Amino acid sequence: MAETAQRASAEDARPLLTVERLRKHFPAGKTRFRRHTPLVHAVDDVSFTLARGESLGLVGESGCGKTTTGKMLVRLIEPTAGRVVFDDGAGQPTDIATLRGKHLKEFRRHAQIIFQDPYESMNPRRTIFDTIAEPLQVQKIGALPERLDRVTEMLALVGLTPPRTFLFRYPHELSGGQRQRVAIARALIVEPAFVVADEPTSMLDVSVRTGIMRLMSDLAAGLGISYLYITHDLAVARYMCDRIAVMYLGKIVEIGATEEILRSPQHPYTQALLSAVPVPDPTVERPPVTIKGGVARQVDPPARCRFFDRCPLADDSCETNDHPPLEHKGQEQLVACYKA
Amino acid sequence: MSGAPLLAVTDLTVDYHTRAGEVRAVDGVSFTVETGQALGLVGESGCGKSSLALALLRLLPESAQIRQGQVLLEGVDLLALSANDMRAYRWNRIAMVFQSAMNALDPVYRVGDQIIEALEQHPSAVSQDPAERVRELYDLVNLNHNSIDRYPHEYSGGMKQRAIIAMALACRPDLIIADEPTTALDVIVQDRILRELGNIRRELNMSMLYVSHDMAVIAEVSDVVAVMYAGKIVEYGDAAAVFKRPIHPYTRALMSSFPSVTGEKHDLATLSGEPPNPLDLPSGCHFHPRCPFATDVCKEQAPPTVRRGTQWADCWNPPGDEADG
Ligand SMILES: Nc1ncnc2c1ncn2[C@@H]1O[C@H](COP(=O)(O)OP(=O)(O)OP(=O)(O)O)[C@@H](O)[C@H]1O
Ligand SMILES: Nc1ncnc2c1ncn2[C@@H]1O[C@H](COP(=O)(O)OP(=O)(O)OP(=O)(O)O)[C@@H](O)[C@H]1O
Ligand code: SF4
Ligand SMILES: [Mg+2]
Ligand SMILES: [Mg+2]
Repeated sequence: MAETAQRASAEDARPLLTVERLRKHFPAGKTRFRRHTPLVHAVDDVSFTLARGESLGLVGESGCGKTTTGKMLVRLIEPTAGRVVFDDGAGQPTDIATLRGKHLKEFRRHAQIIFQDPYESMNPRRTIFDTIAEPLQVQKIGALPERLDRVTEMLALVGLTPPRTFLFRYPHELSGGQRQRVAIARALIVEPAFVVADEPTSMLDVSVRTGIMRLMSDLAAGLGISYLYITHDLAVARYMCDRIAVMYLGKIVEIGATEEILRSPQHPYTQALLSAVPVPDPTVERPPVTIKGGVARQVDPPARCRFFDRCPLADDSCETNDHPPLEHKGQEQLVACYKA
Repeated sequence: MSGAPLLAVTDLTVDYHTRAGEVRAVDGVSFTVETGQALGLVGESGCGKSSLALALLRLLPESAQIRQGQVLLEGVDLLALSANDMRAYRWNRIAMVFQSAMNALDPVYRVGDQIIEALEQHPSAVSQDPAERVRELYDLVNLNHNSIDRYPHEYSGGMKQRAIIAMALACRPDLIIADEPTTALDVIVQDRILRELGNIRRELNMSMLYVSHDMAVIAEVSDVVAVMYAGKIVEYGDAAAVFKRPIHPYTRALMSSFPSVTGEKHDLATLSGEPPNPLDLPSGCHFHPRCPFATDVCKEQAPPTVRRGTQWADCWNPPGDEADG
């Protein structure tokens, strides 16, 4: 733990992660009539940095590439192009694609991921204790009694109480939200340098969720853990994240300080997203969202602005030019839009 | 609202057998769903929502046992049907959107083929060409046609969720049970799908049991709301009434802790205390250890039912209750 605290204080100015023009294209099946394989542009030239102890929210349309981005950050998916540079503050910044052997193992300890679907990420034949203790076991941290204490403590922290009633159950013997909390406990138990949290609280009610969000921000403050926090819940992003990146069809279209973006969203997609947040009052009839309907085209998208087909502000120049660059538009945040 | 309800559940009780003992997940639950009605079921994680939903379709795991109760669909007791007869009801009459994509999609088959298979098992439900119907369903849930021939692992979390919604709607069931169906969807797609779902339901007079932890979504979709705590329904009533004047202290706590995106950034309220341990439930009112209004009687005896019009709640000390107004 001392080591982690040290890490947090050292070299605070250098970002923990630097993501440069990250790209992932998936082949979208073969079509007889085409010469080349059509490609799903899941992530397209995404760049950002993540500071120590910082929490960056990643929001955007379902299918826009959030999970793919997150998995590339922890090296579960190889990028098609671009790189992720990790700097633990101790040695030289390294491109994670070059890590091998003991360095890779070390990186795997520093970089944890909480998967979007907790059902898919757990071995059904391992008890909850084994599941949560697995990272400790892999990294050979602590003896069994110590691990038992740590797991018990984590269970209590994520609200699975009394812990002894959960320790020796199997994943299928838990409810959806309970399983989600097991995934959170497992990722945090090794006190990693950063965590990709992919919709970690999507199944949790406000009360439990608040407890988890406090736990995660306390760890960020105390141990300097950084988060890439993927969520569709803007209220959660507001409480958890220092900055927010908004993605649309593989591209970051807006990025900046959380309050800034929520108060004065500049990109038309971000604006629509904010207007669609439901309110807990059955008598309120929200107006339909302003952007055009239609289904996002991820396979071989044209060069123009990715949002063109659905944008209420689009004009001819948006159609003829390439996808707009991310730049300042008289505001703090960066926006990729010709009309903003 | 006259005539028999589409679904009538009485005194349903579900236990899981675990190494540590019997877990009572659903505890004497009764409610009805009228034809065309949408019932929203809310409650904290682990309170028994999915167990209730699975029990209705008889899809509980083997370690579970339905101790007692009745599930009547238009007068037919589903719990008394043979396994074969029950199969004819599933998808066709009652369809389910599972909380987990894992339980619904087979990783080795293309997603579109899985929906076609569901359609072909019930050819009477839809006369249309199955491939055509799949395209129509994909439009409805905002999925691109070019993903029809792809495999589940090639779908994002939210795309899988939408495919499962499409599958549940495929046979135009009388009742759709949706267990946290939009947890992986952004608010715009969620908005679109909830509207489409509303349209289809009105068009086909389809009923719905909608399970969610999200009060805002429940407010949008429900005609009637049931609030569950530790396996019991503790409050029930018209959505408008429950949201305007909740009776039960737990319902009030659920409402007050709603975080806001645009308003003042206030500290999040939480329900104090620990969630109940289903192996060792608190005596009297199960909510008493966490309830700000609890008195001695709450610790000792199960609370009585308080009624206000069609709304009711089980509570000894309904806070600020002006009796019947
Ligand atoms: N293994 C894969 N093979 C082919 N296509 C894939 C694969 N994984 C993801 N995709 C595609 O890449 C795109 C981005 O997927 P991703 O899972 O990153 O989205 P997401 O933003 O996390 O969405 P959601 O919010 O719905 O989870 C989608 O179009 C998806 O279909
Ligand atoms: N197969 C099982 N064996 C033993 N206990 C189980 C099993 N499935 C669920 N439980 C327990 O039953 C209780 C109710 O679970 P259920 O899945 O119905 O909750 P839920 O309300 O759907 O929660 P969530 O919102 O987290 O999905 C929980 O305490 C859970 O741990
Ligand atoms: S019965 Fe008592 S403990 Fe239960 S909710 Fe009412 S006041 Fe609170
Ligand atoms: Mg995802
Ligand atoms: Mg559930």
